[in-house]
Amino acid sequence: MGALLDVKNLGISFGGLRAVNGFDISIEKEELYGLIGPNGAGKTTVFNLLTGVYKPDAGKVILDGQDITGKKTIDISKAGIARTFQNIRLFTKLSVLDNVKVGLHNKHHYSTIEGILRLPGYRRVEKEMNERAMELLKVFDLADHADYLASNLPYGQQRKLEIARALATEPKLLLLDEPAAGMNPNETGELMEMIQLVREKFHMTILLIEHDMKLVSGICEKLTVLNFGEVLAQGDTATVLNDPQVITAYLGE
Amino acid sequence: MWDMLKKMNKNTKSNLITYGIVIVAFVVMQLLISTGSISSLLEGLMVPLCMYIILAVSLNLVVGILGELSLGHAGFMCVGAFSSAFFSKCMADVITIAPLRFFLALLVGIASAAVFGIIIGIPVLRLKGDYLAIVTLAFGEIIKNLVNVLFIGKDSNGFHFSTKDVMGLNMEPDGTVIVNGPQGITGTPKDSTFLIGVILILITLFIVINLTNSRDGRAIMAIRDNRIAAESVGINVTKYKLMAFTISAALAGAAGVLYSHNLSTLTANTNNFGYNMSINILVFVVLGGIGSIRGSMIAAVILTLLPELLRGLSDYRMLIYAIVLILMMLFNWAPKSIEWREKYLSFGKKKKEAAK
Ligand SMILES: Nc1ncnc2c1ncn2[C@@H]1O[C@H](COP(=O)(O)OP(=O)(O)OP(=O)(O)O)[C@@H](O)[C@H]1O
Ligand SMILES: [Mg+2]
Repeated sequence: MGALLDVKNLGISFGGLRAVNGFDISIEKEELYGLIGPNGAGKTTVFNLLTGVYKPDAGKVILDGQDITGKKTIDISKAGIARTFQNIRLFTKLSVLDNVKVGLHNKHHYSTIEGILRLPGYRRVEKEMNERAMELLKVFDLADHADYLASNLPYGQQRKLEIARALATEPKLLLLDEPAAGMNPNETGELMEMIQLVREKFHMTILLIEHDMKLVSGICEKLTVLNFGEVLAQGDTATVLNDPQVITAYLGE
Repeated sequence: MWDMLKKMNKNTKSNLITYGIVIVAFVVMQLLISTGSISSLLEGLMVPLCMYIILAVSLNLVVGILGELSLGHAGFMCVGAFSSAFFSKCMADVITIAPLRFFLALLVGIASAAVFGIIIGIPVLRLKGDYLAIVTLAFGEIIKNLVNVLFIGKDSNGFHFSTKDVMGLNMEPDGTVIVNGPQGITGTPKDSTFLIGVILILITLFIVINLTNSRDGRAIMAIRDNRIAAESVGINVTKYKLMAFTISAALAGAAGVLYSHNLSTLTANTNNFGYNMSINILVFVVLGGIGSIRGSMIAAVILTLLPELLRGLSDYRMLIYAIVLILMMLFNWAPKSIEWREKYLSFGKKKKEAAK
């Protein structure tokens, strides 16, 4: 016990396909945990199950002692899970700053009336939100681009903005779905440093999906390998990577 | 003063310009009217024009800001028009101060349209895209048709309702018919004025602009841009969709109040409350540039005034109208024109680039 995220026997089927089956994972506070596996193994589906995009047909999800199995996405966000998406999903026609401010939505409140009439509550809270959002943008070197439309950012920075937006919700657990996808080796290296930094600065617990084994082994202390929807191996990074089953699954692709 | 203007961000400045345009246009028109420089026909168009602007700006809240296609806007206007005309007619003798009566009628019209917005919005907003458009269109038509079979009378015993005919009301001989089915409501006090219309435009702009630039507005636009991402950061999609839809409906109700208090006889037909009207309003929004509040306003003005201004050229009227439609479309949507506007018409943006 005491784990921040405790998942037991999670599963879901799409028609005849058992996309995830008997999935267990236990993540401690402030751990940086990797979820790897070949294409179509069910990694993104696990994220969708954890965040309520899909309802699991089996299993239990406990976050920080709270049962969140089968809850709605917004309740899971409020409970403390935030995520990024494999195919970037930004608010494309909003500014970079506003993207982060949408992430702050549930942490800073004023009423609709206060907003329309521009009452003092509006001014005070908007100022707080601007300051907080700028702080987050600074962490990701995006502060200079605060006024840009999100869709006008280069690809690599869009990925960073997604992380900043997720952090704005002040999550307990951050799920990153292939944050380095489509980046060149330079950008990837920089991003990995940034993820480490986020973890230290925000005392964040992170579950990271990654394709690139090298990359994952560099920063994750624990790994779970998924193959055809089932856990193939699980444990310390070094042990898992030397597991003969894992080696065959990857080389046998 | 100039310094203050400089310090303001681009958004605030652009919004002030929008309010400024309305006020200047109003003053100019008033001057023209008071010096007798425009025809009475054009003068009579001022209140309807205000109504079209309110409708266009409020529909933009759903189509441009929320990103959903609604074709039932005329239905909400119809609710606002009839409920407020009903109120005013009942109260014509009780409240004799016209501005007060109009103000209360306005509240009645807005509230009724908002209630309909909620009732229709809850089931309909689950639908997406074309389905939403079709179902809102149907709701608009249903509202119009319901009004046409509604009979309400009042006698010493109180109100009587029927959906058949006046006889079905079963009134005492002293009773009067207030809502007379397809003949609608006659004798609504003509309380709408150009000034009231302009005030309502300013209020509508104020509500839509400030909502858009607030926490709730950001949530609404986030849903438009990416619903799944919005949910993932804890935005209540149903709540904010309904909020945008209801506020939009309420403002359409206000336009309806303006409309019904500008006519001695209010009936619901295809031209005023049918899908024709809904599509007309949508045309304003699309041609003005979806999501652009000022654009909706300008498109509404041009497309409402144009047919009247061209009345002399009877044969070419529709041809010129069509050409203007196409030109506006090109101005707003052609990539080259967007480029040009970004270069020459946007304030502040240039400086920033120069600073780089
Ligand atoms: N909504 C859905 N409906 C039907 N099948 C789905 C759905 N979502 C995922 N699947 C299937 O579930 C399996 C796992 O998909 P998932 O996206 O989780 O894989 P992944 O491990 O993230 O792969 P990749 O590395 O390519 O991102 C795939 O076979 C996929 O086609
Ligand atoms: Mg995936």
